[in-house]
Amino acid sequence: MSKFKFPESIRSRPVYGTLKPRPGKGHLMIADAEGAEALLDLAAQDTGMFRKAHIIFIPKATGDTYVDRLRALEPAQFYIGPSYEASVPRIRRVLSDAHMGLQVYLAGTEGLMGQAQNEAMNAGIPHTAIQTEHRGSVARRMQCVHCKGITEDVMTDPFVCSHCGLNLFVRDHYSRRLAAFQGVCIDAEDPGNVPEPVELYK
Amino acid sequence: MTIQFNKETFRDDYSFRNSDRAIKRFPFPFHEDSYMYSVNMEQHRGGPAGSVFEMRFDVDEHYVSEMEDRALVLAEDPLRCQSLPHMTLAGWDTLELIMVSKSEDYPDLFELHRDGDNWRWINKPMGIDHSFTFLDETTLPCGPLEYITRQAQGDFAVLDQRGDMLYMDAGMVTTQADWSLDFDIGMDFFEWHAPVPLAHEMGIFKRALKFLLNIQQGAPARRLNWTMTVNPLLDTSPENYHKWGVQKTTLTPENIGAKQHLRVELQTFYRLPRSNALLFPIRCYLIAFQDLVTIPKWGRRLHRVIRDLPEELATYKGFIDNRPMMLDYLSQFDDGLPTSPGVWPDLDTEPPLQK
Amino acid sequence: MSAAPQKAKAGAEKIEVVVSAIVPLNDLVTRFEFTRRDGLPFPPFSAGAHTVVEMQDEGRTRLNPYSLMSDPADQSVYAISVRRDDEGRGGSLYMHRNVKLGDVMTITFPVNLFPLDLRGRKHVFLAGGIGITPFMAMIAHLERMGGAWELHYACRSKALGSYADELTRRYPNKVHVYYDDQDQAIALADLLDGQPLGTHVYVCGPAGMIKWVHDTAAVHGWPDENVHSEEFLAPQPGKPFEVRLCKSDITIQVGEHESLLEAMERCGVDAPFLCRGGACGQCETDVVEAEGEFVHRDHWLDEDDHASGKKIMPCVSRFVGTTLVLDR
Repeated sequence: MSKFKFPESIRSRPVYGTLKPRPGKGHLMIADAEGAEALLDLAAQDTGMFRKAHIIFIPKATGDTYVDRLRALEPAQFYIGPSYEASVPRIRRVLSDAHMGLQVYLAGTEGLMGQAQNEAMNAGIPHTAIQTEHRGSVARRMQCVHCKGITEDVMTDPFVCSHCGLNLFVRDHYSRRLAAFQGVCIDAEDPGNVPEPVELYK
Repeated sequence: MTIQFNKETFRDDYSFRNSDRAIKRFPFPFHEDSYMYSVNMEQHRGGPAGSVFEMRFDVDEHYVSEMEDRALVLAEDPLRCQSLPHMTLAGWDTLELIMVSKSEDYPDLFELHRDGDNWRWINKPMGIDHSFTFLDETTLPCGPLEYITRQAQGDFAVLDQRGDMLYMDAGMVTTQADWSLDFDIGMDFFEWHAPVPLAHEMGIFKRALKFLLNIQQGAPARRLNWTMTVNPLLDTSPENYHKWGVQKTTLTPENIGAKQHLRVELQTFYRLPRSNALLFPIRCYLIAFQDLVTIPKWGRRLHRVIRDLPEELATYKGFIDNRPMMLDYLSQFDDGLPTSPGVWPDLDTEPPLQK
Repeated sequence: MSAAPQKAKAGAEKIEVVVSAIVPLNDLVTRFEFTRRDGLPFPPFSAGAHTVVEMQDEGRTRLNPYSLMSDPADQSVYAISVRRDDEGRGGSLYMHRNVKLGDVMTITFPVNLFPLDLRGRKHVFLAGGIGITPFMAMIAHLERMGGAWELHYACRSKALGSYADELTRRYPNKVHVYYDDQDQAIALADLLDGQPLGTHVYVCGPAGMIKWVHDTAAVHGWPDENVHSEEFLAPQPGKPFEVRLCKSDITIQVGEHESLLEAMERCGVDAPFLCRGGACGQCETDVVEAEGEFVHRDHWLDEDDHASGKKIMPCVSRFVGTTLVLDR
């Protein structure tokens, strides 16, 4: 799966990198869908590290495509979850006992990486120490600044808030704490005048 | 000093009015006939008697009504005041700074009695007389930052300083020019300023950050910022934008003098002692165009500044659509005469309108 | 409000103090305590802060930073501990030999370049010799406000272990002392292993110790954000050199044993400064013209700045060459 090139943007917009092996006591890897490919690329750089790795993988629409190859890396722990939400209790339990020297690697969609990064930050790991690599869908998690509700998997601008129904335009302004971009009412000054939705990045 | 406090609203019927005194002491931000961003910092160490710069935390005729408006905003949306857990000490530093400053600068209005950590705070305009234990949150009705900023005009951002960077880790934000504390809390200096056009490329924020990182105890600084608001609405938050945005379209040539307001922020910067955090008060002053132009120099200058402002700035500050109507109105008050440098009204030397 | 920004006075705000106690702790280290001359309480400070002490040494003004070791909540006294350095530039010698009880001195408001990270779940202090001083204040703060901490303190010998006995007596479970002359050393790798997430490590001591801690932590996967250090760089001597100051319109000579900043001050130039130790950035000066080599000794400018030859930190850095013109 080719790596998407995000256009240059404002300072609060996250910029993702490429996963690299780092010295550490343990390696926690959380990925969804095509993010598995980033983990496989990481393994190509250093297979030994996987002996101390805990992989949490949410296949989503990719089904079985990556499962066997990830298992073949022989990680110390391997979990396949039906959704990110279902894996959160496990992630929190693992982090609560973790020690300094744990390396964290996140790969896949922005939504997964943003939320998993938050869990690691809440456990005491600075976000600058957490590695991220984007793969797969470019859909965004959007917070409606008006009702505070989060709309998942947004691919168009403008879009409709799934909670309060306002028409919102997509901003690049991003909050790490909320793991979401900001959506603001697009027709406040001219109610009803809502442009045709355009796909993101087109 | 006795201040006559207005009974006025900043919403619904907008009964807000500036007295003559308030007009003359308004912090007009333009020292020349054009405007561009700069790191326009200076020391915050008093100013001309009666000016908004004289006291550490200026109290004016709008005090009581502004605090009532704040209480309304918070009742509707408690997320306007937040403090990340490690910022409670900074909240106490802020409480001490405001209580000490106000009781010393306005002894007729505020009193602070301290016996070790046993403090008694009297706020006469708001009818508050409260005893509590300093550094013990259980003796206050809410966190120290919220407690004291419910009694101080303007917004307050509290910035944690870590590793040569500032982080917006606490704040009371109910009179903001369109940014969300709930969204921005936790961001660093460059991130929360990300949406501002042009300034990043100019290196403004890099220089400003270096300056702010080195602000020390006992040496506060200040600067002015400005924007435009239709109606004297304090709560121009993104949260409520879907309600207030449309007010921008209600301007007409007949009402623009009364409804269009210049909104100036007096921003100050204090190093807090126990937490080493940086307190960033953002004090908001509003003036209707028709009041502003009664000062001839300001009328001339404002027209020129707005006329020549780069489009990106007028867009970012939210008045690009109303600019033509604003210029139609303001041009009546620009007779082309030269204006004195500096922000002061200079009523003695600047001639009245020659039109 | 003026059109142009007002120039702030160089350095932090000052306080007049009276020396209220001088307590020799051992052969090398003496504690100095100060009270305010005006009798008002001192400003509270954040643990890790230092004050810059002004010394008038036979017509020469010395300004030395010292960590505040007193309890930050005690506003009646500020205390510092000074290690006598016979090979040094003379500041510590002045303190030990010339300062007497009752003397009036000038110190600055506290300045903190080594604060606690208040988000930390646990704070591990690593002190080498006189580096113990900022941790005395940090321990007082955490004991008062609640916070997990542990101290590992490396001293040359029992005789030179300033405050070691007092600390082990008060906090037997949290203080560990290691004596060089008994071949005891901090088992750093073991110490770093198994610390809970959110632990922060602070090191204050000689440059070698600081580097050792940063390097070891990195190898063990610690994020750099969790490792904090403070080292007061004293300006190193060097070959004298000439500097043209174009704003002041004078040409000055920087002597062998004075820093560029001190030379400017000696010639009446009001150059900005704060920490005087190459860490805070306040004295950053633009280079107008240079023919020669820069000797950069600061921790403020990045590699690109150092390589560009367009900036210099006069408090600690020097120059070797024929021409140097600064925008000062």
